[in-house]
Amino acid sequence: MFPNQFDYHRPESVEAAVSLLAADPDAKLLAGGHSLLPAMKLRLASPSTLVDLGGIGGLVGIDASGKITIGAMTTYAMLRDSRELSRVLPMLTEAADNVGDPAVQSRGTLGGALAHSDPAADFTAIFLALNGSVDVTGSQGSRTIAADDFFVDLFTTALQPEEIITSISFQAPAPGTGAAYEKFRHPASGYAVVGVAAAVGGGSGAPVDWARIAVTGATSKATRATNAELAIVGKNLDADSISAAAAVAGDGLEINGDHFASEDYRRHIVGVLTGRALTRAAASR
Amino acid sequence: MATTIEAPEKLVGKPVRRREDPKLMTGSGNFLDDIRLPGMCYAAVLRSPVAHAKIRGINTSRAKAMPGVIGVFTGEDLADVNPLPCAWQAAGVDNNVATPRLLALGEVRQVGDPVAVVVAESVYQANDALEAIEVDFDELPAVVDSREAVKPGAPQLHENAPNNIVMHWTCGTDAETVDRALAEAEVRVSQSLYNQRLIPTAMEPRGSIGNYDPSTDEYTLWATSQAPHVHKLVVAAFVLGIPEQKIRVIAPDVGGGFGSKIFVYFDMPLVLWLSKQLGRPVKFFEDRTENYLHTTHGRDHHTDIEIGATKDGKITALKVSTLANLGAYLSTVAPGIPTTLYGRMVAGCYKIPNIHVDVKGVYTNTAMVDAYRGAGRPEATFVVERTCELVADATGIDPAEVRRRNFIQPEDFPYDTGLGMLPYDSGNYAPALDKALEHVGYTDLLQEQATRRANGSSKLLGIGLSSYVEVCGIAPSKWIGLSGEGWGAGLWESAEVRVYLTGKVSVTTGSLPHGQGHETTFAQLVSDQLGIPYDDIEIEHSDTKGTPFGFGSYGSRSLAVGGTAIYKSVQKVVEKAKLLAAHMLEAAPEDIVYENGKAWVKGSPDAVKTIQDIALQAHIAYDLPPGMEPGLEAVTYYDPPNCTFPFGTHVCVVELDRDTGQVEIVKYVAVDDVGNVINPMIVDGQLHGGIAQGIAQALYEGAVYADNGELVTATMNDYAIPKASMLPTYELDRTVTTTTVNPMGAKGAGEAGTIASTPAVANAVVDALSHLGVKHLDMPYTPERVWRAMHVQSATA
Repeated sequence: MFPNQFDYHRPESVEAAVSLLAADPDAKLLAGGHSLLPAMKLRLASPSTLVDLGGIGGLVGIDASGKITIGAMTTYAMLRDSRELSRVLPMLTEAADNVGDPAVQSRGTLGGALAHSDPAADFTAIFLALNGSVDVTGSQGSRTIAADDFFVDLFTTALQPEEIITSISFQAPAPGTGAAYEKFRHPASGYAVVGVAAAVGGGSGAPVDWARIAVTGATSKATRATNAELAIVGKNLDADSISAAAAVAGDGLEINGDHFASEDYRRHIVGVLTGRALTRAAASR
Repeated sequence: MATTIEAPEKLVGKPVRRREDPKLMTGSGNFLDDIRLPGMCYAAVLRSPVAHAKIRGINTSRAKAMPGVIGVFTGEDLADVNPLPCAWQAAGVDNNVATPRLLALGEVRQVGDPVAVVVAESVYQANDALEAIEVDFDELPAVVDSREAVKPGAPQLHENAPNNIVMHWTCGTDAETVDRALAEAEVRVSQSLYNQRLIPTAMEPRGSIGNYDPSTDEYTLWATSQAPHVHKLVVAAFVLGIPEQKIRVIAPDVGGGFGSKIFVYFDMPLVLWLSKQLGRPVKFFEDRTENYLHTTHGRDHHTDIEIGATKDGKITALKVSTLANLGAYLSTVAPGIPTTLYGRMVAGCYKIPNIHVDVKGVYTNTAMVDAYRGAGRPEATFVVERTCELVADATGIDPAEVRRRNFIQPEDFPYDTGLGMLPYDSGNYAPALDKALEHVGYTDLLQEQATRRANGSSKLLGIGLSSYVEVCGIAPSKWIGLSGEGWGAGLWESAEVRVYLTGKVSVTTGSLPHGQGHETTFAQLVSDQLGIPYDDIEIEHSDTKGTPFGFGSYGSRSLAVGGTAIYKSVQKVVEKAKLLAAHMLEAAPEDIVYENGKAWVKGSPDAVKTIQDIALQAHIAYDLPPGMEPGLEAVTYYDPPNCTFPFGTHVCVVELDRDTGQVEIVKYVAVDDVGNVINPMIVDGQLHGGIAQGIAQALYEGAVYADNGELVTATMNDYAIPKASMLPTYELDRTVTTTTVNPMGAKGAGEAGTIASTPAVANAVVDALSHLGVKHLDMPYTPERVWRAMHVQSATA
C-alpha cells in the first residue's frame, strides 16, 4: 500500500494542466482519486507525475437551465444533492446516490469516472443512454466528443493523452422522455456487476419513438444493447414489449464472467435489469 | 476521614456506556501503527508470488544498495532461529508437525510466504527495495483443495506428512456400532457439506514493533495481540531463546482480532531479531492484502454426514467425516479447532445415541487456518443444524418439532454427549426455541409461505431455525492441558485487585480487549462487589511488565474465567478489609458485616468504616492487627472447574428474488441464553456483531483460491465484508438459565451470534427452495448460486 515516488502538481488553469501533461508522457490526471490512488498503492499504476485538477476553478458546477452542463470535477455528492437536477433529470441524482458509498460519492467525480472508463462504473452507461457529450481541451485546442464515440475499450476512451475533460453535457429531456438506471451491486466493491441505463422517447401511451439502452459491468466498456433498443422502438411500453426487449438485451454482447458472476448469469441479469429499467423508464414518462 | 461517601449505584445488569469509546471514537486511540519510537526504521516483507516452489537463489545485492536501505535478510540469515511452535497438538499430530520459519528456507508453500525482509529508513524506501530483490523460484505443483490434497499423487507439502495428512482423529462411538445403527434406521439421509474458508478481516491488520536495548539486554515487543503473555512466553522461550524476564510484550489498542491475533506470527520474533542486529527499533505492519494472504483464515471443512432417524424424527445415529484444510503449515493452535472444539461439539443440543466423528487435518498450498470467531463450534453447529433440517425434510415433520423431539431435557444435566467434551453443566433448550418462534410469528410465516408458493410469488419465502449450544469459558487446565487433547498448558486466568491508600482501585487482568469492552464490564463488576464508585476503578491490561501471567482473550472466556479471577480477588480484598474493620471497630471479625463499601458490627449499623477508611488504614499501617501485612490487594489465579455452555435459538426469514437469486433477510430473531448479564448493551453488541459475521458467511464471504494457489479474493474489492446497509435489524431476546460453574452465573457471549446465525440463514435459504426439490446448497449464497439452484431444479421439475 505504498506507491512509487511521483511528482505532484496542482495547476490553477486547464492550460497549465495540459502543459504539465505534455511535459511528461507518464503523467496522470488526478480527479477524485478513488480509482487511481488504490491502483498506485498496489503499484498497479506508477505515474511519474500527478496533475491534480482540484485547484482549477470553473470545473465544478451544475447548470440545468437549458441544456444540462456539469463541470468535470463535480462530485457524485453534488449530483445526488442537486434539486435542480432532480427536477429535470432525476435519473442522474438517483444514480449518483447508487455509486459506491457516501465516501466515494464525496470524492468521486463525473469527469473522472468517464475518463477512467472502468468497465463496472455506473455513469458510463448513463452517459451513453442519455446520449451525452464531453467537452475536452488539449494541446491541439478544444473539441466535443459524443457519447457513442467516447468509449473505446477497457479503461480506454477517445481522449488523446494531452486532453482533459472540462464538462459533460446532456440535452434537456424532451417531453415524454423516460429514463431509469438499474444496478446489481457487487457486495464487496459496490461496483456494478451489471448495470443497465435505459432512456426512451415517445410519451405516455404513445409508441416508443427512440430508445437508448446501455449496459455496464457485464461488458469490457459501457455498451449499447442495440437488440433491446430495436425490439422496443415502435412498440407501446407494456409488460409484453418490455419482456420481449429484455429477452434479447444480452444478445450479441460480449459478456465477462468471473468467480462471482459467470458470463451466462450476467447475460441473464442484463435481461432482468433491462426489463426493470424499461419498466421504471415507462413509469417516469 | 470521609465517612459520608454514599454507596455507589449498583451497576451489574445495567447498560453502562463503554468507557473505552470516547478515546476510540475521537481518533485518540493508540494503535500499533500510531507508535513512532525515536530512531525507528521500517521493515517490508517480500512475499512469495507462487504457491509452491523451491528457492534456487535470492539476490539481494541491488536492494541493499537502494536509498535508505539499512539491511536485507533472507531465510539463510535466520537458519539458526527456531521455527514457530505449534502449541496445540491434538492426537495424531506429533509426527507431522510442520510450522513456518520466520522467513522461508529453501521452499515456499503458499502465495504470501515471507521470503526476505528489507529494513529501511522509511516504509516507502523499504517497499521500493523489495522490487529490487531477485528470487529464482523453481515452481512445483500446488494443491489448494483438501479433497484433492489427500489423493494419491497429489503435490506433497511436507516430507513428514504423507498424503498431506496432518492428523487422523476420531471421537464418539466406534464406527462399526454407528454403521449398524445407521443400517437399522427407519430413515436414512446422507449429505456432503462445505463450510467454506473465511478471512477474519479485523478492522486493523497485524503488525509488530521490536526494540532491543543493548544497555540492559532487554527486548520490548509491541504487537497486535489477543494474548501478550502467551506471545512473550513463546517468542522468548520457544523461538528466540531469550530469558523470559528480559522480554516485555505490549498490546496497544487492538482493532479487532476475531481469533486471528491469538497466534504467534513470524514478524513478532523477526522484529526483535532485526532490532538486535541493527541496533534500532523496527516496525512491521502488514497491508490488507498481506493480511488476506498470510494472516490465518478460518473454517474450510469438507464434511460428509450420514444420518439415521426414526420415522417420527428421532435422530438415532450420526456419522461425520471431515477434511479440515489447515493450510501450508500448522498455526499456533490449529489442530485443536477441528478436533476438541469441533468434533466434540457435533451433538449440539440433541440427545443423539450413536455419533462417530472422523477428522483428517490436511496441508494445502493456502494460508494457515486456525481459530476464527466461534472456532470449531460454528462448523459443528452447521453440521448438526443441517442434520435437523434434513431429518425434517425426510420425515415430513416440522423442523421446530424435530428439534424439540431431540433436545437434551432439563433433567438430563449435567449431560455427557459421549464425544469427550466436558459435561454440559446446564441448559433448558425448549423455552428459547418457543420464545423465538413466538417472536417471529412462526405459524403465520408458514401460512404465508404456503400462500406464496400457491400463487407463484416473485419472492420465495424461507424460514430457517438454528438451535445451538456452544462451549465457552475455556477451560479447566487439567482437561485442556492434557497431552493429545489440549494445548499442553493451562487456560486459567489471573487478576490482581489493588486498593490504594486513597481508596482508588487498580485491577490487572490477563485478558484484554480488542473491542469487547473489558474496561467497562470489569469495572461494573468490581464496583458492585467492592462498593467503590465505578469511576474510581481502573482496569489495566495488555502489558506483561509487572503483571501476573494471563492467557488472553478468546473462546468467550474473558468474563467467565478472567472475570471470575477478578471476582475472587475482590473477595480476598473484602476479607482483609473485614479483618481490619474488625480491628478498627474493636469487634470480632466474624461479627463484621460488609456491604456496599461499608463495614459495621452486626446490630450496630451506625458506626461504619468505609472501604476508603479501611484502605487508608491498611496503607498508613500504624495500627494494624497483630500479624497483618500493610496494603490492601490480592492476586488470584483462577482455574475454572468446567467450561460454560451458552445456548439459544435463532430464526431467520429470507426472501429470494426469483429473477436474480438475490437473498434478502427480512426478519431475524435471536433468543440467547448467555446466563447472567453484567452489561446488556455490551452483550447485545456482541450478539449483533456475531450475527453479522455469521450472516456474512452464509451470504457474502468466501476465500477463493485459483487452482494454481493464487488467492483470487486478495483485496476488499473482491472479498465481500458486508456493510451495515446489507444487514437486517436484529430482534434480540434472552432466556436466563444460570450456570454454577462460576459465581457470577455468566457463560460468555462473544461467539454465540456467529455460531448460531450461519445455519439459521442457510436453513432459511434452503427452506425457500425446498418446494423445488433442493435439499442442500453450499455457502455463500451468492445470487448466481441461488438462481442456478432455482433454475436447474425448475428445469428438471
